[in-house]
Order: sequence, then structure tokens, then C-alpha cells
Amino acid sequence: MRRAIPAPKVKLLFKDIEHLLRLAAVMLIAVVAFVVLRAAVVPKSFGQYGHYRGDAIAEVAARPVAHAGHEVCEGCHTDVVDQKKLGRHAELHCEVCHGPQGRHADDPASIKPPLPDTGVICARCHEANSAKPRSFPQVASADHSGGLACNTCHQPHRPKIQDQAKPATGAKR
Amino acid sequence: MDITRRRLLALLPAAAVAWEFVRAGTPELSPNYKTSDHWWGMLIDITECIGCGSCVRACAQENDVPEGYYRTWIERYHVTDYAIERPHVESPNGGKDGFPLDQDPSGKNFFVPKLCNHCADSPCTQVCPVGATFVSPDGVVLVDKNYCLGCRYCVQACPYGCRFINPKTNTADKCTLCYHRITKGLTTACAEVCPTGARQLADLKNPKDPIHEYLRTHSVQILKPHMATGAKVFYNGMDGSVR
Repeated sequence: MRRAIPAPKVKLLFKDIEHLLRLAAVMLIAVVAFVVLRAAVVPKSFGQYGHYRGDAIAEVAARPVAHAGHEVCEGCHTDVVDQKKLGRHAELHCEVCHGPQGRHADDPASIKPPLPDTGVICARCHEANSAKPRSFPQVASADHSGGLACNTCHQPHRPKIQDQAKPATGAKR
Repeated sequence: MDITRRRLLALLPAAAVAWEFVRAGTPELSPNYKTSDHWWGMLIDITECIGCGSCVRACAQENDVPEGYYRTWIERYHVTDYAIERPHVESPNGGKDGFPLDQDPSGKNFFVPKLCNHCADSPCTQVCPVGATFVSPDGVVLVDKNYCLGCRYCVQACPYGCRFINPKTNTADKCTLCYHRITKGLTTACAEVCPTGARQLADLKNPKDPIHEYLRTHSVQILKPHMATGAKVFYNGMDGSVR
């Protein structure tokens, strides 16, 4: 009995699918190229927490702060804190009226904040408007002061007029 | 390779881009801040809001928001008699300059401050095709502006109208709940400058936060609860006419 020689048999096996092998080779190259390109293009932190770039969280958080926060202001301006806590503006934070002071807090010597114009600042809150809560103190500034700046009579850190006449220790709100 | 003038000119922009990446580095969160320890939201007391516009101005200054765009804004509602389904709502310049004296003091008038609701199941993040917007592990909806294509899907998807395309960067922009502040232990700029305390930052994962006691003892609502967005901005004293 003659035995079949294996080699030609293999050759026969691949004879009709040679085009498929070529196709498979092309596909393999495509898959490898995809995997390599994807690894190169997709940022490392993508998918760290979810379907997004994990580093983006720290990037958003890296923005510099513009408003210093009242705790920082109160660290130096203790005299104003003492004045404020006697009056109805006790709970009011500094940057409500004085604007963002982050740069001043970083460099108090060279960056001096401008003095706010009470005619503008006070009216923002205290100009009468029917949509404001009833209990909130409101005035129609044209009738109330006739165009005078508010700090002509009111001390903004302690606004009630009779408060200022009394000594600081015994004053009531 | 010879460096000819032409080759050098071709290389320079590539080098500039590469250097930009090297210089930028990867910023890191504050060492004491753990995202897993927080779940941020906000409390807004409508009965305290006086419509002064401090929050809108502070937000614009803190976050460099372009003129005419708002990450937070104030609406004035005017509801006549029983017409609760047809309120008249206005927001001139987002309330940034305060509100002009109303001509019609009759009916019901009140202010409603608005901002991103930082939804737990936010519709805006679900539609992003590239993963450029997401809910952070501490519950803040953020935009990765280096990844955003500016396709505007998220702007359309937000049911509260809280997103816009920033004309400077041409990417989606929105309230970050002052993420750069709250991760440093500060409150948001809007809450910092609110003169009546109508806005309060709330950490829902912190058991010591007064928000828990407040939510237990007050009738608070969220905007558009029927949309099941999991909004985390809670409103106290909200009228039924508020949309």
C-alpha cells in the first residue's frame, strides 16, 4: 500500500483558500494597527472613573480662585469684623460689596481694592421691588435720599443710624 | 537629515504643540480632597432671594463667563391671580444688573435663581458622543473642554437650559459648581456673595452638613421632577408656577 505524502496534501488543503489567507493577513494587520493607534491616541486616564478622561477632573479644579472667601478677609480686617457683628450686616460676606478680592488677598501690599460706590452697591439690594420678600428692608432711593450717597448717613458695615451714636459695647441691633 | 528652511518651518508648529503639552503637565487635585467623600448639591431658598444679581456677577467674574452668557441667572416671576400655568417670566441680562422696578406690583412676584442642577442621572452627559462631559465621582457635572467637539447635543439635551457654547473656546460650557473652589474647601462664588444666604452649597455625603436637617424639616422641591434627572439643586418655598 502506498502512503500519501503529507506535503502535497497540505498544499492541496490551502490551494483553494489562498485568497482567504491573504484576506486574513490584511485583517490582522488592520486589527493590530487599530489596537496600536488606539493605545497611542486615547489618553491614559480615559476610563479611569467612567467613559471620560479622568485627568479632566483635576484640570477643571486647577482654575485659580477669584473670590478669596470671607474667612481670608477676616484674618486681617478684624476691626471691620468687630464693627459688622454689632449691626444687621453681620452675616454679610465682604465680597458681596467689595467684589472678588482673591488677588488682593494674595498680594495685599501692591493690589488695593477700589472703594465701592454706595449709591450703586446699596441700591442693588435695598431698592424697593415688589418681588423682594416683604420682610427685607427696602427704600425707593429717589424719595429716600434724593440722590445723596448712602454712606452720607449710613455706615455700610453697621448701617442702622442710631447704632452708631451709641457706644459699641451696649449697642442693640 | 538636513535642516532646510522648509523643513524647519514645518517642524516649528509641531514642536510648539508638543511643548505646550510638556509645559501644561498634569494638574492634581488638592491632596486633602477625596472625590469619594463628597456628593455635592445646592440649596436655594426662594423666600430669601432679593434678586440683587450678586451671584450672577460673582459667577461671571469667578469663572470668566463671556458677556451675554450665564452659568447662573435669576428669573423674576409674575403670576396674576390664579394663572399659575401662565406665569410671566423675565430675566434681563440674567439679572446681572438687578431688576428694573416692576410696573405691575399686583399678583404674585418673586425671584428664582437658576443654575445647573448637577443631576445624578443627567440627560446631558448621556448624549455626549465623545465622553467630554460627565458626572464626576463627587456628583458634579463637568465638561472636559480639551475633549469637547462643540457638537451641541448636550445643550439641546439639558431640560433646564443650563448649557451654552462658549464663543471663545467653541466648546460646551456650564456651571462647574465652582469645582476649583469646593475642592479647596471653599464654598461656591455665588453662595459666598449671596447677601441673604438664599444659596447654600450642600454636601449630601457629609453627615454633619446642615442640609440633612433642612431637607427633613422643609418642603423642598426640585425643578422638573417628572423628568427623573436626579436633580441636586433643592428649592425651598418654590411656587407651582416655576418651570
